Order: sequence, then C-alpha cells, then structure tokens
Amino acid sequence: MTKKDLDKRKVTGPDGEKFEVDPLRDYFCQERPRVHDPARRIWEGFLNWARSESLWILGYGTGCGAIEMRPLMTPRFTPNKHRIQWRPTPWQSNVPSSAAICPSRPQARGPGSYEQMQGPKYVVALGSCTINGGMYWDSYNTINRLDKYLPVDVYITGCMPRPESLLAGFEKLKTLIREGRGEGQNLYAKHFDEYKANQKKIIRDWDMPDYNW
Amino acid sequence: MMKALIERLEQKFRISEVVRQRNDELFMTAAKEEAVSLVTYLKEYEGFTHLVLLTAVDWLEAGRFQLTYLLNNNAVKADAGIRVYLDRERPEMESIHHLWKQAATYQRELKEMFGIGFPGSPRVDEPFILEGWRDIPPYRRDFDTKKYSEKTYFPRPGRKTYDPEEYMKKQLYPEE
Repeated sequence: MTKKDLDKRKVTGPDGEKFEVDPLRDYFCQERPRVHDPARRIWEGFLNWARSESLWILGYGTGCGAIEMRPLMTPRFTPNKHRIQWRPTPWQSNVPSSAAICPSRPQARGPGSYEQMQGPKYVVALGSCTINGGMYWDSYNTINRLDKYLPVDVYITGCMPRPESLLAGFEKLKTLIREGRGEGQNLYAKHFDEYKANQKKIIRDWDMPDYNW
Repeated sequence: MMKALIERLEQKFRISEVVRQRNDELFMTAAKEEAVSLVTYLKEYEGFTHLVLLTAVDWLEAGRFQLTYLLNNNAVKADAGIRVYLDRERPEMESIHHLWKQAATYQRELKEMFGIGFPGSPRVDEPFILEGWRDIPPYRRDFDTKKYSEKTYFPRPGRKTYDPEEYMKKQLYPEE
C-alpha cells in the first residue's frame, strides 16, 4: 500500500455503477483502541488459562534472528506440544514475535500488523537487538528499543536466541498470561498517543492510516 | 591478452593508474568525461558484456568520490574495473542505463546513499530504501550514524564499551 492508495477516488463497481471511495473512512475503522477491564476473578482466571494454552504466532521476522524460528517449527522441537502454532496472517494470530534486528522501515510496519490482530494479544521480542539495539546499537536504520513502539511482554535475549530459549520465552509468556500480567494490549490502548508519536518519529513519510483496524 | 587490451585502450582513451595483479583482472582510472565511452567501448568491442557492479567510495580527505564500474567478459573469463573520480562538492556522473537497464537501480541507490546525481536515469530521484530521509546521505563519511541513532531512536542506558585490546590483556594476563 502506498500513500496514493489512501486518496479519495472514483471507483466503478461490477454493475458499472460509479461511486466515490474514501479509503481512510471506508476501509479502516476510526475508533481508538479501548482498555478492556478484566472479567470477574474466577472467570478471568479461566480465560487466562485458555489464552495461555493457545498461542497463535505471527512470525514478524525483520532480521537475522528470525531464522531461529524455523527450526522451532520442526518435529525436533514440536511447538504444537507446547500449544504454540504459527499462522501466516495477522488476522489469525495473537502473538507477534518480532525478530532480532529491527530495521526502522519494517519495524514501522510492525505496529500495523500488531493493530490488525485480534485481542488479547502479546508481543514476544527475540534477540538482543530488540532490547537495546544489540550490535547495531549505533546504526542509522535500526531502532534500539522495541518497547517504545510496541508493548513488549517477553524479551528473549541472545544473538541469536536458540530454539530452546525461544521455547523458554514462550513458556514464560504463558506463566505471565496465567498470572494475569499479559496486559500489553491494554497498555497500548492506554498510551496510544505516545506509541503513535514514537512510531511516526521514525517513519517520516507516514503513508498508512493511523488506525489499522 | 590483458597486455594487448591495455595497449589498445591507451591508444584510444586517457587511462591512468593501470593495475594488473592477475592475468584475468584489470583496474584502471578513466577521466570523468571519457568514462562512459570507455565502458561502451569495452562492452561493444572487447566483449565485457556483463556489468558486475557499480559502486562508490567516499574519499573524504581527498574531497572526492570514486565510482567503480566492474565489468566481466564471460568468453575469456576476465574482469575489468574502471575507476572514476568525482568532485565531492558537486558529484554528478553520466548515466549508463542505456547500456545496462539494471544500472538504473545501482544509480538510484548511489543517489540515495551517497548523493551522487545521475541526470536522466529512470526513477533516480525516487526513494530506494530510506523512505522519507531528511538527513545527509548516510553512506557519506561525514554522516555521524551514532549521533543520528541517539537523536532518533531511544538508547537504553547502561551500555558499556571496552577497548578490546585492554580488555583481553586484563583477561589473559591479569598480573601484568
């Protein structure tokens, strides 16, 4: 999608009927994300248990560390046994795993994928680069801290993290969710303006809608 | 083979700094005005039909950019590199996209990363990978990438840097 696709334009429908389309209004919702209050105690506990046992992952691999997610998918590690499964699109998943180096361009698209996911959703950041920039800390096109742009639940250190440590990270995420501490989505809604301002700071020619859902 | 080629080129063009380290490799410096004719001649008459790469070096101290055209002759398995020096203040070069279409992509990248202009090259002014870049071109050596990173991104405090030599000395020979 480019900036031009967001302009108002005349479209001819299948019946030959002509109408005007305003993509920002017609294709995207204009409502801000809301903070969801937890359900009543026991019910929320049950929901959190259910959520922790079905993690659907969007492998948003923008760097070298994403290569370690592939062996994790193989029978040697069998992620299904840990109730983890990869999905190809953001609309089917609820855990974006952002990989290793975060070049500023793809990372700017990351929030778009994050916003299109169904809640509740959790962010797992792989590799040292997501924590403090890693070995690319002084690069002109690598962001240093992912948590300024997305609400990160679990960081997995390593350059690159081995599949075993990825599994440990996902297990940690499950524990956090079961304890009711996987509140990244609410954090994102609460500090939405701040996150948006940071995202816009690195992507100067903003050519996406502000609300990606 | 290469010796005869050098002699033929020297008759026709003003080339200097000819380096021939191996028999299948040849580097030379051409004058800026003649470089495109030299590349054209090598392509059309000498069989160097393949453009391997077009890249640039920033010689900050000397105040000039160096463009390198690397050509390959597949029939005799030989390479030829042509160096061209450009003024750093107003870097501009003739385009070679009429010889190889893919050169336009190289030139677009050089325009973005070094700020070297190639008038007439297709889509040369469109952003290549740095969309919305407002600073000086990042591959120029006077661009301070660390300062830019600190200004734009959010450095996490607590990072320590050790001098590798000192650090290893302390690790390996602590009593010295």
